[in-house]
Amino acid sequence: MASPETIAKADRFSGGAAWQETRGSGEPALVVRELRKVYDGGTEALKGVSFDMPAGDFLALLGPNGAGKTTVIGILTGLVHKTSGTVAVFGEDIDRNHQAARRHIGVVPQELNFNIFERVIDIVVNQAGYYGIPRSTALPRAERLLEQLSLHDKRNERSRNLSGGMKRRLMIARALIHQPRLLILDEPTAGVDVELRRGMWDFLRQLTAGGTTILMTTHYLEEAEQLARHVAIINRGTIIADGTVKGILSRLHSEVVTVELVEEKAEAAAAVVHAFRPKLVEPGVLDIEIDSKATVGTAVAALEAAGIGVKMVRSKSGRLEEVFMRLTSGGAA
Amino acid sequence: MTPFEAWISFYTIVRKDVVRIVRIWPQTFLPAVVTSVLYFLIFGTVLGSRIGEFQGVAFLSFVVPGLVMMAVVTNAFSNVAFVMFSSKFFARNIDEILVSPTPPFVIVAGFVAGGVTRGVLVGLLVFLTSIPFAGLSIHSLPVVLLFLVLTSLALSLGGLINGIHAQSIDGINIIPTFVLTPLVYLGGVFYSIEILPGFWQGVTHANPIFFVVDGFRYGFLGISDTPILVSTGVLLAGCALLSLIAWYEIRSGLRLKQ
Repeated sequence: MASPETIAKADRFSGGAAWQETRGSGEPALVVRELRKVYDGGTEALKGVSFDMPAGDFLALLGPNGAGKTTVIGILTGLVHKTSGTVAVFGEDIDRNHQAARRHIGVVPQELNFNIFERVIDIVVNQAGYYGIPRSTALPRAERLLEQLSLHDKRNERSRNLSGGMKRRLMIARALIHQPRLLILDEPTAGVDVELRRGMWDFLRQLTAGGTTILMTTHYLEEAEQLARHVAIINRGTIIADGTVKGILSRLHSEVVTVELVEEKAEAAAAVVHAFRPKLVEPGVLDIEIDSKATVGTAVAALEAAGIGVKMVRSKSGRLEEVFMRLTSGGAA
Repeated sequence: MTPFEAWISFYTIVRKDVVRIVRIWPQTFLPAVVTSVLYFLIFGTVLGSRIGEFQGVAFLSFVVPGLVMMAVVTNAFSNVAFVMFSSKFFARNIDEILVSPTPPFVIVAGFVAGGVTRGVLVGLLVFLTSIPFAGLSIHSLPVVLLFLVLTSLALSLGGLINGIHAQSIDGINIIPTFVLTPLVYLGGVFYSIEILPGFWQGVTHANPIFFVVDGFRYGFLGISDTPILVSTGVLLAGCALLSLIAWYEIRSGLRLKQ
């Protein structure tokens, strides 16, 4: 099994070439180099963060609270001053060509940040105005977006009258009104119900299928597994792992499966399959680890030979969560 | 941004504020009108005849320009201070503009134009309210309009800077209450500084609001304590200085970005 350090070293950005191998060779949508941020109070939020995103990518930026995710997004969107480092968005440096860079970015922040007394349609159309898009162009575009996000019947409502989920969708519509090439979402589904979350996932899949590059932070690792092509894990201001979802998961070198027995003989079963590092879950259930040299069939056959019937074997979900926990709790940096 | 796009962004910021100002007219326009009616009743009907004339004109006619300016000063300042403060402190919707390519000077111009609009409209309303009490008397319409717009501009810029720096709701009330109001009252709204002792005449010249009121009064009555060019120069210099400060603060993201 790979240690957190091994995974981190294997995946960490190393100058561009290694990253391109795993992510393809498309036009870079985002190039982040050695980003550092020290806040006024002396807190070092970012300690040299580097990563790339090719155009059309869907990157999930994962990390525990306070890891630096929102600081990264703040710097990309111009709301946080970086201490050092460089960022280029579709080739436009955010310092030298900040206007051009900002045109490429649409942002959905973590916190609601619109005027609750404004009408839904006005919030979206005004946002277009800040990008220099006339109302005559913005209005039909806003109507279409609100339709796609199931907010059209609420377009003339004051935004304070919307439900929590509607407010989040409104922020997505607002972020897309100027047709950005890179959409940044900071915890977009935090606190929303399952149905709405699934709906948002579908919408984001449509966007990325249409060519929009998406950078998303999330606490829901299932969300990252479902949506993202690539994952970067940040902890204590440093990227400790990045690569394809498949690549990161494959570095686990082992997978935990749950074995459900016909009878409550988990202790006896554990003795039979001790080589698979069993863990008792319930009297009739145990988890075993299948590494690259073994198969589930070997374990099942051994149990059956010992007269212990196997009712069901299922893969334990949340593998990305497992990698995440190993990396972040280990403090790899 | 192209000039056209910058114009669209500017128009968006201004339109949003003007829609708000008009929508809540009982809070934005009515108080100034009610207050000025009270002033006109007291200084026109009750006290005016006893006070007599000031610099050759009826007392009420003398104070009308000052009262109009008082409304302009407080409304232009408070409008922008409140809009900036609330958009950075409550909803945090200032981020909508800060993440966009809108240049800092357009942001300043947009916020300030909302304040100028309110200042000018309130000034006109108070002036119209004064006509039944004091009659219509304008010595120089261009000077009146120039001072109306420049005063609104200067105070809107001041309000913007105040809104940027304010850390709490008290922060946008302290300056109007403890700085602007005394400066307005001591700036010659109700009297000519020629009745003051020499020392206090000198002190009054350190009060920028004095030049605002004095120049505006010249536009109405053709009389002033200071040459109109001096008042205009002070006002223009104030606008230039405040514009630079406001532009620098928005550009640097002071108290708006981390």
